[in-house]
Amino acid sequence: MTETQHAPLRDDPGRAEDAVPAIELAGVRKEYHAYGETVAAVQGVDLAIAQGEFFSLLGPSGCGKTTTMRMVAGFEEPTAGEVYLLGESVTGVPANRRDVNMVFQSYALFPHMSVFENVAFGLRRKRTPKAEITERVTEMLRIVDLTGRERRRPSELSGGQQQRVALARALVNRPRALLLDEPLGALDLKLRQAMQVELKRIQREVGITFVYVTHDQGEALTMSDRIAVMNDGLVEQLGTPREIYERPASKFVAGFIGTSNLLAGDAVESGGGTSVLKHGDGGRIEVGREFATGDKVELTVRPEKMQITADEPGDGLCRVHGKVSEVVYLGTSTNYNVTTDGGADVVVFVQNAMNAEDVARRGDTVWLSWEPQHSYVIGSAE
Amino acid sequence: MTTTLGKPAASAPAPAKRRRRARRDGLGLRLYTWLIIAWLMLPIAIMILFGFNDTHSKQNFQWEGFTLRWYQHLFDKGDLTRALWNSVSIALLSTVITTVLGTFVGIALGRFRFRGKGVTNLVLFAAISCPEIVMGSSLLSMFVSLDLPRGYWTVLIAHVMFSISFVAVTVRARVVGLDPKVEEAAKDLGAGPVETFRLVTLPMIMPGVLSGALLAFALSIDDFVITNFTSGSTVTFPLWVYASTRTGTPPQVNVMGTLIFAVGVLLAVVSARRGRRT
Ligand SMILES: Nc1ncnc2c1ncn2[C@@H]1O[C@H](COP(=O)(O)OP(=O)(O)OP(=O)(O)O)[C@@H](O)[C@H]1O
Ligand SMILES: [Mg+2]
Repeated sequence: MTETQHAPLRDDPGRAEDAVPAIELAGVRKEYHAYGETVAAVQGVDLAIAQGEFFSLLGPSGCGKTTTMRMVAGFEEPTAGEVYLLGESVTGVPANRRDVNMVFQSYALFPHMSVFENVAFGLRRKRTPKAEITERVTEMLRIVDLTGRERRRPSELSGGQQQRVALARALVNRPRALLLDEPLGALDLKLRQAMQVELKRIQREVGITFVYVTHDQGEALTMSDRIAVMNDGLVEQLGTPREIYERPASKFVAGFIGTSNLLAGDAVESGGGTSVLKHGDGGRIEVGREFATGDKVELTVRPEKMQITADEPGDGLCRVHGKVSEVVYLGTSTNYNVTTDGGADVVVFVQNAMNAEDVARRGDTVWLSWEPQHSYVIGSAE
Repeated sequence: MTTTLGKPAASAPAPAKRRRRARRDGLGLRLYTWLIIAWLMLPIAIMILFGFNDTHSKQNFQWEGFTLRWYQHLFDKGDLTRALWNSVSIALLSTVITTVLGTFVGIALGRFRFRGKGVTNLVLFAAISCPEIVMGSSLLSMFVSLDLPRGYWTVLIAHVMFSISFVAVTVRARVVGLDPKVEEAAKDLGAGPVETFRLVTLPMIMPGVLSGALLAFALSIDDFVITNFTSGSTVTFPLWVYASTRTGTPPQVNVMGTLIFAVGVLLAVVSARRGRRT
């Protein structure tokens, strides 16, 4: 074990080893063989997760998030590629000798042990002195707000409390990294939101690397320092929440994160690093990339970046023309569904702060406009 | 009836009637339950009662007054005492062996996929459903053809053999319901394979292991058919009692039966208590 005595909860961010990623995956692949078929659950993932980072793996069900996590924890060995923890390859190192801890989606608490014994389990395995165990477990239960529940059995706790026991049980060991596999999946919305805030606070308090698996994009966006969006066993995009949201690198990412409007246009002129696309009658979209004339280009624009007006917008703005098909009042904002002359269905969010009444009605013909920097090319079909 | 106190009189009768009917239904159910219990308990009660019978004949069928004589002279009949001791020691030994082996079989069947799993399941089921008389005679021919002298050890082997499936089946049921993630969590927290088994797997399947052990003990201590085939000249308690019916069963047998029953009840109560706690 590389484990020595840890300094109390990583309060020394300036260490030289901080330059080394806490977790690194290099060309990691995982294939399962079942019923004579080979399923590639993870098909070559490269990631470097920095120490102290709150890192999320985001993706739809079955995209390989859990499998990736289990390879880091040591429950599965990669078919190809290497996993490094703090720069050291952990190939062949069993889970009980890896300095990372996992919080399972189903909590996986020990039902026959008290809350205290659950949390003390890891420390007891390391032969930590009794007095220190009592002290650290008590402190950890305070952090997760479970003081006074030490003697309960897990079955005598609510879902949220069990979740916090699972968290405490992992965190008390002060691992290099904590792996959380959809830890809030089983909670209702209210509790979920409360726990999101709580998790973030705890992560700040203990300063440990968190790798957080979720298929909830809202959760990933609000909590993470960086996000890897996975699809079909591959990382589609890696970046900060803002980068991922505002500059989706692919159609999949654009569709998966938030609401995104997909538009297509034919390149009509280009030069100086930009192109102009034509989309329906009078539709003119500027994008920051050169294309050959006649190329069909796909791009996305976020709904809140679009303006909706009756009159043709001024020069320098991207614009498309269309007809309002639906108006949905949502209190703080109003959604306008517009079918463009180019045949795309788009949504526009308009804040209700200033407008006393709706900017357009159902059936109105309108102009949609946005700043050119909000157009993101996600593909082109010659 | 406190609920009707402050309420208008008109609304009171309906719920009251319903409650009365419910109680009448409950009465029927209770009567039925007690009848069944009486039916089950009657032979046992008679067995216990005749352990206190102050009989002077060789037979013990006629009530002749109360005595504690048989309790004081419980171990007076040397061959009966030896038979009881044989039964108890075989039951204890076979329970220990069966529980250990059966638990591992149950875990393997509940947890892993392996070649021959289907066959193993089939064999377990066959061993449970096989008529005792068939199993006894086939065991006898096996021991004869292996040229094993019949006696204490062949009885022990036979008992382990027929009760192992019961333990395996109860443990398997428990293992199937066990979340493998819990064991992974133990490994994740630094427990090696042996520690994981000792601290997590075993305690979690313990109810299944215990009920399997109880079953094994109960099956062994009163087994007659298979024991009769495999015992050679060794005599166990059931064999002795059976043989004695021809000449007259002494009241000590009733006393021993009472004691075995008492131990059984005690174990059942303890295991029910444990069951309620987990
Ligand atoms: N033990 C296994 N044997 C065979 N195939 C498996 C196994 N585990 C996972 N898979 C397959 O690998 C793929 C990825 O599974 P994984 O559990 O990593 O998905 P996930 O991203 O965690 O999904 P979810 O959000 O539903 O938990 C799936 O198609 C799944 O069917
Ligand atoms: Mg998963």
